[in-house]
Amino acid sequence: MTSLSVPEDAVLTAENVTKQVSSPEGTLTILSDVSFSIGKGESVAIVGASGAGKSTLLALLAGLDLPTSGRILLNGTDLTALDEDGRAALRAANVGFVFQSFHLVPSLNALENVMLPLELGGNATPRKTALDILQKVGLGERVRHYPSQLSGGEMQRVAIARAFATGPAVLFADEPTGNLDSRTGDHIMNLMFELNRSSSTTLLLVTHDKALARRCDREISLDAGRLVSDRKAAA
Amino acid sequence: MKALSFALRSFGRELRSGEVIVLLSAVALAVAALTAVGFLTDRIGRAVARQANEVLAADLRLRSPDPLPLEWRAAAADYGLQTAETQSFPSVVFAGELNALSTIIGIGDGYPLRGAVRIADDLFGEERVAEGIPEPGSVWADSSLLAKLNIEVGDSISVGEAELRVAAVLTYRPDQSIGFASLAPSLLLNLRDMPATALINEGSRVQYALLVAGEQADVDEFFLAVEDDLPDSVRTLNQEDSSERATNASSRAQRFLSLTAVISLLLSAVAIAMSARRYAHRRMDAVALMKSLGASQRFVLQAASIQLVILGLLGVLIGSIIGYLVEYAVTGMLADLFASALPEPGFTPVLLGTGSALILLVGFALPSLLQLRNTPPLRVLRHDAMPPPPSRLLVAGTSLLAVTALLYQAIGDAQMLVIVLGGMLAVSASLYVAGRGLVALLGRSRGGVGIAWRYGLANVARRGRDSAVQVVAFGLGLTVLLLLTFVRTDLLEGWRQTLDEDAPNHFLINIQPHERESLAGIIRADGLEVPQFVPLIRGRMTTINGEDVKTRKYPVEDGEWMANREANLTWLEQLSSSNEIVAGEWWPEGYDGDPLVSVEEDAAMELGVGLGDRLVFLIAGQEIDLTISSIRRVNWDSFQPNFFMVISPGALDNFPSTYVASMRITESQDDLLIRLVRAHPTVSVIDLDAILRQVKGIIDKASLAVQAVFVFTLAAGIAVLFAAVQSTIDERRFESAILRALGVRRRTVLSGVLTEFAALGFASGLLAAAGASILASVIAVQLFELEYAFNPMLWVAGLAGGVLLVCLSGFVAARGAINAPPTDVLRAA
Repeated sequence: MTSLSVPEDAVLTAENVTKQVSSPEGTLTILSDVSFSIGKGESVAIVGASGAGKSTLLALLAGLDLPTSGRILLNGTDLTALDEDGRAALRAANVGFVFQSFHLVPSLNALENVMLPLELGGNATPRKTALDILQKVGLGERVRHYPSQLSGGEMQRVAIARAFATGPAVLFADEPTGNLDSRTGDHIMNLMFELNRSSSTTLLLVTHDKALARRCDREISLDAGRLVSDRKAAA
Repeated sequence: MKALSFALRSFGRELRSGEVIVLLSAVALAVAALTAVGFLTDRIGRAVARQANEVLAADLRLRSPDPLPLEWRAAAADYGLQTAETQSFPSVVFAGELNALSTIIGIGDGYPLRGAVRIADDLFGEERVAEGIPEPGSVWADSSLLAKLNIEVGDSISVGEAELRVAAVLTYRPDQSIGFASLAPSLLLNLRDMPATALINEGSRVQYALLVAGEQADVDEFFLAVEDDLPDSVRTLNQEDSSERATNASSRAQRFLSLTAVISLLLSAVAIAMSARRYAHRRMDAVALMKSLGASQRFVLQAASIQLVILGLLGVLIGSIIGYLVEYAVTGMLADLFASALPEPGFTPVLLGTGSALILLVGFALPSLLQLRNTPPLRVLRHDAMPPPPSRLLVAGTSLLAVTALLYQAIGDAQMLVIVLGGMLAVSASLYVAGRGLVALLGRSRGGVGIAWRYGLANVARRGRDSAVQVVAFGLGLTVLLLLTFVRTDLLEGWRQTLDEDAPNHFLINIQPHERESLAGIIRADGLEVPQFVPLIRGRMTTINGEDVKTRKYPVEDGEWMANREANLTWLEQLSSSNEIVAGEWWPEGYDGDPLVSVEEDAAMELGVGLGDRLVFLIAGQEIDLTISSIRRVNWDSFQPNFFMVISPGALDNFPSTYVASMRITESQDDLLIRLVRAHPTVSVIDLDAILRQVKGIIDKASLAVQAVFVFTLAAGIAVLFAAVQSTIDERRFESAILRALGVRRRTVLSGVLTEFAALGFASGLLAAAGASILASVIAVQLFELEYAFNPMLWVAGLAGGVLLVCLSGFVAARGAINAPPTDVLRAA
């Protein structure tokens, strides 16, 4: 097992996490005995080749899926001990997501998309909070637009606004610039890191983009389901 | 509240984006079919119920072909009952040069004893309840009679030898035949005017009726007292029987219509199931996202259920409006078939529609939506993460339960339900097998031809199950439409062809013996052949081989009716040309031995009699004993005067008789008719052409109404097609993009898609034409005893209609997929 530094204020901890699935060829091990811990406000990139298990790890850390064995602690709560609704409630309170393909609800406009997690989490002033954050990401003028009326970069900004709206402890981002041209991608990442710093949210990023990974505080590399390196970026 | 506001917001958007249109249309269609039929049967049903209680215009009605003795009126009065009299018969009436057959009804003071006559002061004027009966010298006439004679209120009309003034338009009388108007429009006149018409004399076909009303107990007592003295010729009608008959007839019609609506309903259910599956599938991404953002399963389920309810309510609203409009149009078309204005539609059909829509949604859409709840949130990262499919038991169970509930509601009888349900399952299964077979055949025929053809047919074969369902759904709708449009005309045409070109088209009835000479003179003067005057004597059978006809057992139910009816008897020297002896022998020329009778073969079968059996008839109070000497086959379509019983010459010499004759009068000879009737006002002329036209008119209108209901079936078939295409739209979009990216031209992709729909349409048309032909020949042979001629047009129309309709609807449904730019599609994939 790779040695890792465990910050005292750990927000997210993986303990010997293994994920296996059954396939026609027999049991496939996608993640094998992965352990690490991430502290408050840290920005971490998970890197590795296609099929290395990056997205699976992200799904497990966010409680979207359950490991075959091992434990995952999110803000001190063991995700693996919760049922689906329990994990959903935990996500509502602690987690934000930014996806490669944005995943906005097409039937809701920008404002409504951002209000969604606020309402699910029981925020008292969802509209005001959502408007504020949309303003912050530079979409104050486009709050009534539907996803189909927005450009890729704008959609991703809505998604970022939605992810930060609830003030989550952890923000998970899955290839957030994968569907964007490099210029727009840079803008988006600047915005994310800025919000990450200003709200001291922990940022966990899955990416192929080496330059992007280098901008993070820490880089965890996976290869064939194993954690092969976990290193801090050079200051 | 959260789930509600989310559901409302996203539903509004989905509606605008067209995402739920097919599902909504399927629900609306089902509701429309149900409510249209519901409104229709509700209104007719209530009209029948309203009339049933007054259909006799009395509590008890004694009806007889002979004048009713005055003592009975007196007897009824003794029991404290009210009475009134009527006399009715068909006769031609005149106004200037125009004439029309009418049912003349002479009514006495007090008529009607139950219900009310309604009249209007001018054509289409406001209806009001009539007070009393027409003043002597005046009549109340049906609007259609006035229209035929081209006269108005205030004009005069010739009834027999009397000139009477039209005082009002008759809009309703309680004893007009139940529900539907009788063929000849009515004319009400005061009984005091009857002698002046000189229309009633020896041998006239008059129905005399004595109407009695009062306390039920008094009526019963009176009836008990006179019952035994009533001659056999008197028919008694009481309210209970009549209202039961009326209600039975109308509830049978209601059941038939409800069942036709259920067919549309079931097809809609298929469309609902298909589009709900698609709807749920499309929502999976959103649900996975919601869950990743922290939504609970309960939230997802609540939101989905709320949307389902909104969808149901919206479908009910749209469907009810369509249903109401269709019903409105149908009753408008049928207006003159109903005896009176129908009561306003009630609200019950909407409740029925609402209930059925909810049952449909729960039975066919809920399983898919329940599945949504189990969508794994992982789907936001891995698009292939799917919820476990809904259990087959749940899907089959809920849909079967829903179908059973809907059918039970339409049929209302458990035993019948089992039969219909079994029948439907069997028919659907065999149609489905036929559909699968056709689809498989189409799939095999794809080799060798161009890419478009191959691509299209490959699609049909690849989506084998769905293709078969589409073929069956569409074929079913088409079958019914073909049946109604072609078979109806085929049957009427087939029947008309069996008629001789020179077949008589006019009957002269009620000819007195002394009038024969003069009538013959008028006809001969016009250069026409004088028809044979056939004697007509009315009698009633009393015994068969000494056994009372009332207590005798008959081989078939109709035998009892045949034995107890008022029979029309005739005597003839020569066997008529439209008759053929099948057993025994016709009497020799100049025969004057014991009275013999020749019986029509069906009548003989129904009565259970044969050669040598003895029949006794009572004619004008005298008995006559007849021996069966032959059995005849009669061509009833010949339109010659024909009889079940023909008696040997001489036997009836001492009985009073009138004569009937039939002849062909072309339109250009219409004035002959007028001269004939002017010279002999008591002779009634029945214009068969006019009656045929009227019958055809009624059939046309009635089938138009049924067609309106079946259009829903076709529309539901289209909804199934749309749902099926929609469920494959992502796949189609992707395939089209790949083909176009590979360099296939848009036109070729389009021809491929059109080939696919043309093939489906062809298979549906084939199924429909075959189904309609089989049903048509069964109907022709079993119901109408006609030979069914193969009609190539039915096949042409079936195939062309199927291909065109399916191509058109398929193209509309799929064009978005074909036109999407390949780069967008491939990038998004």
